[in-house]
Amino acid sequence: MKQILALLCTLAWFSFPAAAQKTPTPKVKSRPAAAGGVVVGKTIYARNCLTCHQADGGGVDGMNPPLTQTTYVLGDKTRLVKVILNGLQDEDIDGEPYNNVMPAFDILTDQEIADVLTYIRSNFGNKASEVTPAEVKAIRATNRK
Amino acid sequence: MKSTFTRSLLLAPVLLGSLSVLALRHASTVVPDPDNAGLTLPAGFSALKVAETGGRARHITITPQGTIFVKLNRPNAAGKGLLMLRETSGGKAEVASAFGTYGGTGVYSTPEYLYASSDQDVFRYKLNGKGEVVNPEQPEKIVTGLLNRRQHESKSITLDREGNLYVNVGAYSNTCQVKDRQKGSLGQPNCPILDSAGGIWQFRADKLNQTYGDGIRYATGLRNVVGLDWNAQANQLFVMQHGRDQLYDNFPALYDSKQSAELPAECMYALKKGDNAGWPYLYYDGQQRKKMLSPEYGGDGKKQAPGNYLEPAAAYPAHTAPNALLFYTGTMFPERYRHGAFIAFHGSWNRAPEPQKGYYVVFQPFKNGKPSGDWEVFADNFAGSAANAAAGRPEHKPCGLAQGPDGSLYVTDDKKGTIYRIVYAKK
Repeated sequence: MKQILALLCTLAWFSFPAAAQKTPTPKVKSRPAAAGGVVVGKTIYARNCLTCHQADGGGVDGMNPPLTQTTYVLGDKTRLVKVILNGLQDEDIDGEPYNNVMPAFDILTDQEIADVLTYIRSNFGNKASEVTPAEVKAIRATNRK
Repeated sequence: MKSTFTRSLLLAPVLLGSLSVLALRHASTVVPDPDNAGLTLPAGFSALKVAETGGRARHITITPQGTIFVKLNRPNAAGKGLLMLRETSGGKAEVASAFGTYGGTGVYSTPEYLYASSDQDVFRYKLNGKGEVVNPEQPEKIVTGLLNRRQHESKSITLDREGNLYVNVGAYSNTCQVKDRQKGSLGQPNCPILDSAGGIWQFRADKLNQTYGDGIRYATGLRNVVGLDWNAQANQLFVMQHGRDQLYDNFPALYDSKQSAELPAECMYALKKGDNAGWPYLYYDGQQRKKMLSPEYGGDGKKQAPGNYLEPAAAYPAHTAPNALLFYTGTMFPERYRHGAFIAFHGSWNRAPEPQKGYYVVFQPFKNGKPSGDWEVFADNFAGSAANAAAGRPEHKPCGLAQGPDGSLYVTDDKKGTIYRIVYAKK
């Protein structure tokens, strides 16, 4: 409950400046916009990813891989975006088997995928660069299942 | 002649005396850990850590001579997936040998044979009079070629008293959706998974190289059973089903995340040949005590499931993952525990974002081979703290149960590989 309250507070905190900034400025790399994306990313995470990968991104032993410090999350963005678009199963993550099935999340928009991946790559102790909607769009265009 | 007679007369009490000393020593040397191995237990019970195996200790069995066998989920650093432990002192034990090159879950013993399973096959090993494996590198393959598609891969095993072997083949799916675990994906009509999984198969315990064709689908409509045991009083197989996941994730218009954390109940079933427990078409609502139609098959959270499916024998909190079932027949514990069921709950993950639950051993009272009265938490705090449990970050996860020859209850942990022993001392 506390976490939900905290999330709501952070949402309220960020959503005003983020919304205010989105309309006037065209497409400039600005910190607040990225932070807004991360907040949206957190809600997308809660709705689609949290049950399996858990609130702390630590995953579940032998079932759902952690999102902390794995090459899948921190490494090649194309591979990472394709995991979201196509789902993943029967694959070891950094040498560890995980037996659950990840479904495809290709119903998410380019923006949503960019937001949630940016959130994951900059949380749970991760410090990797953001993923942009343009990158997701390009990968989706060439994605073959 | 006379002297021999007197000598043997003299010798007899000495022998008897030393025997009783031995017996006494054996019984009295179980020394509980000062902190009861970190567990919380009912009054009169205490516990110790028997051994740290360092492996993912799944199921466990103990021979009448006290030899302990533990099945590891994956082979250890030496490439071995079965451990043999011998008692040392104070009730503790140490790994005496390791064998078997396969990982898995199931292990079971009769006085003559040790049975163990990989995620595809069931093997058996001849035991000698000391409860040791005669030929560790040459097991007989009893069953082969069972489906393993990683999801719900454990092939848990038990035997009845008539030479039949029961093997769980878990469904390689959450609810038989067209696209497994995909938001909104509907269920496949006449779920084809049930032909070769999602049930309990019966084989002969002494026939080699049996495949599906040699076995009988004893019961179906069981999503995934990890804990199962034969109840001698009812002369019946009892199983613990892992209920379905992700009602909210996949059907957010019908369920919120709170409901999804509490639904469905984890169920105990008493099986008869031919029974159908209804997966994937239904789930069991433990609060309403009703069989509900799955949303994948037209359910809306309110419609009950049509059809003549098996009623659960008992129900437990959702997603807590019952990984072992043991009917207690010992005399060490007080009378009320005899013929009742101990259930090891591995602990939840699918309750997020609600606090996680489980990581305990439950006692379910039984009367005349049927659950009778409410279940209770028997051994708790495997997680190390309430905060660890709520966060789903426990220190230990109970996974296997066995009864020692003296009536001690052994519990395995597949997180760190700790083997626990719970004992009772009359005050």
